Amino acid sequence: MFLKFRVNQFLKLSEIPLIHFYDFYNMVLSMIDDGAQIVHYLGFVENNCKKLMIVLRTIDNNDNNDNNLFIAITFAPTEYLAFTSQAKKFHLFEREIHEEFSINIQGHPQLKAVRSATTLSEEYQFYNITGDSVHQVAVGPVHAGIIGPGHFRFNCMGERVAHLEIKLGYQHRGVEKLICKSCFDITKLSNLMECVAGDSAVTNILTFSELIESAFELEKEGIITSDIKIIRTIALELERLSNHIGDLGALSGDVAFLPPDAYFGRMRGEFLNLLLLLSGNRFGKGLIRPAINFYKINLLDINYIEKKLNELLTEIKHVSELLFSTQEIIDRFEGIGVIDNKTALDLGLVGVAARASGVKYDVRKNFLPGYYSVLEKENKNITIQQRLSGDVWSRARIRYKEILDSISIIKNMLENLKSKTDYKTVEQSQDDSNFSSNYLLFKNKLQSKLLPSSAVIVAINEGWRGELTHLMITDEKSKIIRYKIKDPSFHNWSGLAYAMRDQEISDFPLCNKSFNLSYCGFDL
Amino acid sequence: MPIEMLERFDRIVNQRVNKLLLNRLEQGYRTTKYPNVDVNLSKPYRGRPEINFEADMITMKLCEENCPQSAIIANSEKKALNLGRCVFCGECERLSDGKFIHFTTDFSLATATQEDLVLCEENVIPKIEREINGKIRKLFGKSLQLRQVSAGGCNACEADINVLNTPFFDLSRFGIQIVASPRHADGMLITGPISKNMKLALLKTYEAIPDPKIIIAIGSCAISGGVFYESSEVVGGVDRILPVDLFIPGCPPHPLTTLKALIDYFSKY
Ligand code: SF4
Ligand code: SF4
Repeated sequence: MFLKFRVNQFLKLSEIPLIHFYDFYNMVLSMIDDGAQIVHYLGFVENNCKKLMIVLRTIDNNDNNDNNLFIAITFAPTEYLAFTSQAKKFHLFEREIHEEFSINIQGHPQLKAVRSATTLSEEYQFYNITGDSVHQVAVGPVHAGIIGPGHFRFNCMGERVAHLEIKLGYQHRGVEKLICKSCFDITKLSNLMECVAGDSAVTNILTFSELIESAFELEKEGIITSDIKIIRTIALELERLSNHIGDLGALSGDVAFLPPDAYFGRMRGEFLNLLLLLSGNRFGKGLIRPAINFYKINLLDINYIEKKLNELLTEIKHVSELLFSTQEIIDRFEGIGVIDNKTALDLGLVGVAARASGVKYDVRKNFLPGYYSVLEKENKNITIQQRLSGDVWSRARIRYKEILDSISIIKNMLENLKSKTDYKTVEQSQDDSNFSSNYLLFKNKLQSKLLPSSAVIVAINEGWRGELTHLMITDEKSKIIRYKIKDPSFHNWSGLAYAMRDQEISDFPLCNKSFNLSYCGFDL
Repeated sequence: MPIEMLERFDRIVNQRVNKLLLNRLEQGYRTTKYPNVDVNLSKPYRGRPEINFEADMITMKLCEENCPQSAIIANSEKKALNLGRCVFCGECERLSDGKFIHFTTDFSLATATQEDLVLCEENVIPKIEREINGKIRKLFGKSLQLRQVSAGGCNACEADINVLNTPFFDLSRFGIQIVASPRHADGMLITGPISKNMKLALLKTYEAIPDPKIIIAIGSCAISGGVFYESSEVVGGVDRILPVDLFIPGCPPHPLTTLKALIDYFSKY
């Protein structure tokens, strides 16, 4: 009875089955039992009426690429029995719904606020283990390094961590409210999207752009040329590269093996500089906008990027060889922070963390957004990297493999750009004499369009942390009534808490780094 | 030890040492010669904006209206761009074809006051006056320890501060270090629009730093609230609650912008 739909498909609210809560509840649970995972579960208010919407995905593990999204809506009950009590993966989603819509979700083991000021007040009750040999360790919100704030509360027995509770919300800037509040100004919203999580600026703006493009049905008009898509994909992969490489370095630094830390740290900068070459900003800000890219790239740049990639690839291989063959690294990475396959599925982990635990899911392969569908047809798409041990070692190795994949994808796409006889189009219209008047026309035309009324659109991309999705709901006056951003960290913070169970507390920095989750992307 | 084990041990050590040495040789010496040698950033980089005060009024008005940050003022009396509000999105340059506002690759952007951030006919280039902080230079010129607090930052500002510790920038060669406790610090680097949820922690960190303390606001968020300036969940701008000594604009500022600001403001050289 759920509606099956595609990524970026434009849905009318009236098309989506509105189900009685009782049926909704049973159906969700039965789908979850069959292995479905949550993409979104959120509340929204339409015509003064509280409703709940769920978006689920099913992933085909037999390579038939039969991957699907399902959606349904129900009237929000004032109280109900928590899904979390049956499926852990609902944990944060239900807390969020409780916080925003004060629905009494019974039987939820930890029904606390997620982001609001009440998370910070004295009332906030940490989970307490009592007993003679139990003690608590509190860390944060301000951390020792240069990183976002969050509070970690450990219940320990000696050095052993029995339980870790992660309290976030410190970075809450009211992003989603800001989107609905302001009138629909594409320039402003695009800038905002790039600032939701700076390390995922490209992923966020790309997902937003794709969402707006499908809202205006621009894809059909043929405005989104393959050149545009190629540049976007290159930016997305460069973002992945810089972050994965930074992570490998930081992991090495965390166990005090400094050479790779220094080398990778510098190489990360090289990739950021390539993004700067593409966009004028080290994080790719200002490159992608709905229906357009602002880039200046010519054959010279393409050759330069290719040369740089080749240079870096050799260095990365050499440093990785050093990293992964060093006995101390093997000792410290192996068997630490283990998440087994079942736990990963139960928690609904995504991205690197999930693949390291044998979950075969990568948006780039499973849902083929943007240019990945072309790559797939040409047989040049990535292969999903998978490992089974689910420890720090696996998470590091997956990153390394994905680095190699990304470099080869970018090289492919650069070839593709070069082979075009008319790469003038790539040279970006900004050098045209009347670029600004054309741009103004274009902008006004886009801005004058109304968003579709009473519609829902879901856009998904594989950021470097994992599945990042945006969901937009409009009312009958085409106003955005709900814009939901879900960073992969929303799934994966629970993974970190699990990974720490029964670990030495001194392994925390290492485990934390192996997940490297977002504070601001979570807090919004 | 039996001979085979010794041999094996030998082999492992050799391999390890070889890999270490080979990598070391391959990596070479990578630290930038800056500030002794100038660095040129690649052309797309949007650094210090240049304003053409003679541009035609229609274009200027267009930019003023379209700036998502309300950073531009353009009327017959005054034409100005507030670097503290600007997020360097480049929209004004696109709309004016670079004829009103054009972004150069100059990364020198920091100032010591809010007023200096407003570029106008009387103040074309943002700068830090060297005289005003003779005392600061005397105190901190050779050693400066800073604590970093992210109060709602998007992690791009933080990441580009972090990068100053990589071999390329090598911040510590100037005697500047980012430390892990406010008690060890001479001042604070603040990023983010100060989310209300972080206000208390930020103030407590401030309290914990011994006097005299230096406050540096990094990024348009910390200076003016940045893209979040209209949100009710943020305080917006560090100087609303703490005295700020140094403003470093950008979204995020390029590491060289920050490095230059720190050298200009503190360094004795
Ligand atoms: S670059 Fe700065 S001044 Fe220009 S439109 Fe963007 S925010 Fe406004
Ligand atoms: S100024 Fe820009 S880069 Fe810095 S924290 Fe704010 S949004 Fe992020």
